[in-house]
Amino acid sequence: MIRLQNISWKAGAFALENVSFDVPAASYAVLMGRTGTGKTSLVEIICGLRSPHHGQVWLNNRDVTRIPPGQRGLGFVPQDGALFPTMTVADQIGFALRIQKAPPNTINATVQELASEMAITHLLDRKPTGLSGGEKQRVALARALAAKPTVLLLDEPLAAVDEDTQTDLIQLLKRTQRQHQITVLHVTHSRREAEALATLHLRLENHQVRIESP
Amino acid sequence: MHRPFWIALSLICAAYLLFWGFMLGATATYTSPTEIWSILISREIRYATGLSLITCTLAALASLIVAIPIGYLMSRARFPGRSLVDAALDIPIVLPPMVVGLCLLIFFQTPIGQGIEKLIPFTYTVAGVALAQFVIAAAFAIRTMRGVFDHLSARPEDVAMTLGCTRAQAVWHVTLPAARRGMFAAASVAWARSLGEFGPVLVFAGATRMKTEVLPTSVWLAWSVGELEQGVAVSLLMIALSMAVLIAIRLTGERA
Repeated sequence: MIRLQNISWKAGAFALENVSFDVPAASYAVLMGRTGTGKTSLVEIICGLRSPHHGQVWLNNRDVTRIPPGQRGLGFVPQDGALFPTMTVADQIGFALRIQKAPPNTINATVQELASEMAITHLLDRKPTGLSGGEKQRVALARALAAKPTVLLLDEPLAAVDEDTQTDLIQLLKRTQRQHQITVLHVTHSRREAEALATLHLRLENHQVRIESP
Repeated sequence: MHRPFWIALSLICAAYLLFWGFMLGATATYTSPTEIWSILISREIRYATGLSLITCTLAALASLIVAIPIGYLMSRARFPGRSLVDAALDIPIVLPPMVVGLCLLIFFQTPIGQGIEKLIPFTYTVAGVALAQFVIAAAFAIRTMRGVFDHLSARPEDVAMTLGCTRAQAVWHVTLPAARRGMFAAASVAWARSLGEFGPVLVFAGATRMKTEVLPTSVWLAWSVGELEQGVAVSLLMIALSMAVLIAIRLTGERA
């Protein structure tokens, strides 16, 4: 589960004031809001890439506010996938396990398993250059899932892909969330994505997050 | 409709390049190839060439070692006084080179400088040549590396951190491999800059034949005693080396 308690953060005109909400374990929350309201900043605060001025971030009943991003047990997929430019797809997927110094056979098995799940086995030797938007997001998703996170943060993951690919990726996200029983927070502008995926609808406006009826 | 405008701009560009072409052409044809060759294989010029190649390489490597962390800091970090630090980093670029040499000379007269001299003697030594080249070249390498990091998105680093990396590991595994062509360009710029450095080298390391004489010093020594042919031969060698660096940077940039 994800729990934010009284999160406040300010940078220039951006501000989040006493943001509090809960995303229950294994549910799929979709956070919507206008451009510039601080959705990405909120995701970065949950990731640990930004420190809130006030408040606490809880993940799975653990206060992670002062814990570094890599020890929070979460996966992060940004808008364009943010793939590592010089690594092959296989190396990207195995990256988290390599950093954890996992044995090579465990890394290989995980890479093969996730590549098959994301239908990207044929891309394992490729580098990010030349991959389509949809392929990049599949790789980014596999990379995020490799360390078996309990929470997945998706920041506009389908914004840069065409409509047909969006439909495919929506199905993939749905399947992945169910299969891994993972808690997802998905930031988007698209009502279509929210309707297809969300079990919990959140809206960020006036520096606050509120729960919306679908 | 806009044709006269573009033609005018093209003419200015052509005139400028033509002027350079004439200058280089005149220098290249000033003396015969046989004479150029005999000068270039003389003992003194071979020494100056060897010393230039070694000190430029040392200065370029040292510049890169300094430029990577400083370039990264200036590109990614936001801190109070950042614009002041940014301006300070450009001091070696705007300062007259002779002044840099003089500052080096005076610094090594201070107690701290004297202490360093006891460990590694710099004033009027080969190490001093590399140091004089480094202080200028590093500023250019820092500019280049900062530009490289500015063009690399910070997002992959953020993702690497969520996957278990510390910031340093993220930079090491993700950003530096992506910046390797930029690092080559920064080292090349520093190398080319060091090759042409004359003022600080002359003031700080002197111009002693077979000791601290580098290629620009050779040109100056030859010119000061009226041996223009020798100056021309060494200049042509330096032009060739600079062109090689320019081509290397271009090719790297195009592949990047």
